[in-house]
Amino acid sequence: MSAESSLRNRFERGLAAPICLTWELTYACNLACTHCLSSSGRRDPNELSTSEAKALIDEIAAMQIFYVNIGGGEPMIRRDFFELIEHAVNQHVGVKFSTNGTRIDEAAARRLAAIDYLDIQISIDGVDAATSNRIRGAGSYDSARRAMDNLKAADFGQFKISVVMTRESIEQLDEFEKLAAHYGAELRLTRLRPSGRGVDVWQELHPTLEQNRRLYKWLLARPNVLTGDSFFHLSALGEALSGLNLCGAGRVVCLIDPVGEVYACPFVIHEEFRAGNVRGSGFRDVWQNSELFQSLREPGNAGACASCGSYDACRGGCMAAKFFTGLEMSDPDPECVFGHGERALTAKKVLLRPTPSPDHSRQVPVTISAR
Amino acid sequence: MTSSTVVAFDASAPWQLNEQVSLRDESFGALAYHHGTRRLVFLKSRELVAVVRQLSDFDSADAAILALVPEGQRARYSTALTSLVRSEILCER
Repeated sequence: MSAESSLRNRFERGLAAPICLTWELTYACNLACTHCLSSSGRRDPNELSTSEAKALIDEIAAMQIFYVNIGGGEPMIRRDFFELIEHAVNQHVGVKFSTNGTRIDEAAARRLAAIDYLDIQISIDGVDAATSNRIRGAGSYDSARRAMDNLKAADFGQFKISVVMTRESIEQLDEFEKLAAHYGAELRLTRLRPSGRGVDVWQELHPTLEQNRRLYKWLLARPNVLTGDSFFHLSALGEALSGLNLCGAGRVVCLIDPVGEVYACPFVIHEEFRAGNVRGSGFRDVWQNSELFQSLREPGNAGACASCGSYDACRGGCMAAKFFTGLEMSDPDPECVFGHGERALTAKKVLLRPTPSPDHSRQVPVTISAR
Repeated sequence: MTSSTVVAFDASAPWQLNEQVSLRDESFGALAYHHGTRRLVFLKSRELVAVVRQLSDFDSADAAILALVPEGQRARYSTALTSLVRSEILCER
């Protein structure tokens, strides 16, 4: 245990390269999920070209970043999607990509199954169409299930089913577990964050204190359920959940957006957390030398949580969740398991919630057609 | 999802870093990533990293530990190597 905590201290001071690098390939998306972290919809005309993207992959390989988490937008919309992931895996940079599944027809599933070092996460936000589509839009659930069926038929092997925990989906934990077992898939649960368009739905959809307590117990009993270290704020309830249990922003985690901007984590696409652009002096320079990342690697200030006996367990929670709900970095997490966050929110006389930037949402509602 | 073959660690046998594993040096030691199992493992000291990198130069893990690790710390290294064998970071040659 002491070895673990000293390792955590080292991680908080930053690593030579990220462990967990997320790269959003495009802001284009054929869905318009209400909780989209990156406010995706329309492609940005300034997105990295194929040759720029390949040069970035070369740099990722040179930095010995072992795998990259690819997302979007919907990454499979990019015409060079297969070219890029093949370029990565050919250099032993593993690829894990998140998709809504709409582009995984039978042929795409066979092509994906033929690639080594590839992980796929298919997103749904309810175990039934009605629940999931309320967030992800009409037709989205059926497309995702069709993608899972196609991957299974193509013998892809173990893919992941990725679910954001909302007030509704959290009531379906056992059914999600059954669905994952049905496909021989792994289940991955992540936290609803008030980032991107999520800021508009967080208030109404984030889990209650009671639901978070149930989730904690459920996860504790199932260390094989993946969480991307999402729920370390819940570790204040007792035994630590599996994972590093720290805010990795700028320390072990960062995000590269479709136009090459580097942000501290996937949940803070906002000027205030922008460290630089890969188009300038390259990703390595941003990671190692940006002022923002240097400051995030300074020893943290426990702030309002200093007197709480559980600070060592939860480290004050998620920076992004505080920022986009209008709390200060020195405040508790808005979902603090002891209710300190809710009290802090209520106590603010004026709550200035930052506007997520940039916004690539489409201006018109979308419907997707079955294919 | 549990591995079907559990390899026991025989310190008198010759070992090496698994070919499917990449090591990345860090200030605290190194990160080891197994491209097959896709698991990340932390090597928590630079001395351990040195032992792991040089294992293939010795006839046995015991010989490597004897040559590279000060007396009094050897038991700890044996434990560390056992766990690296379990996570398939090391394999027999």
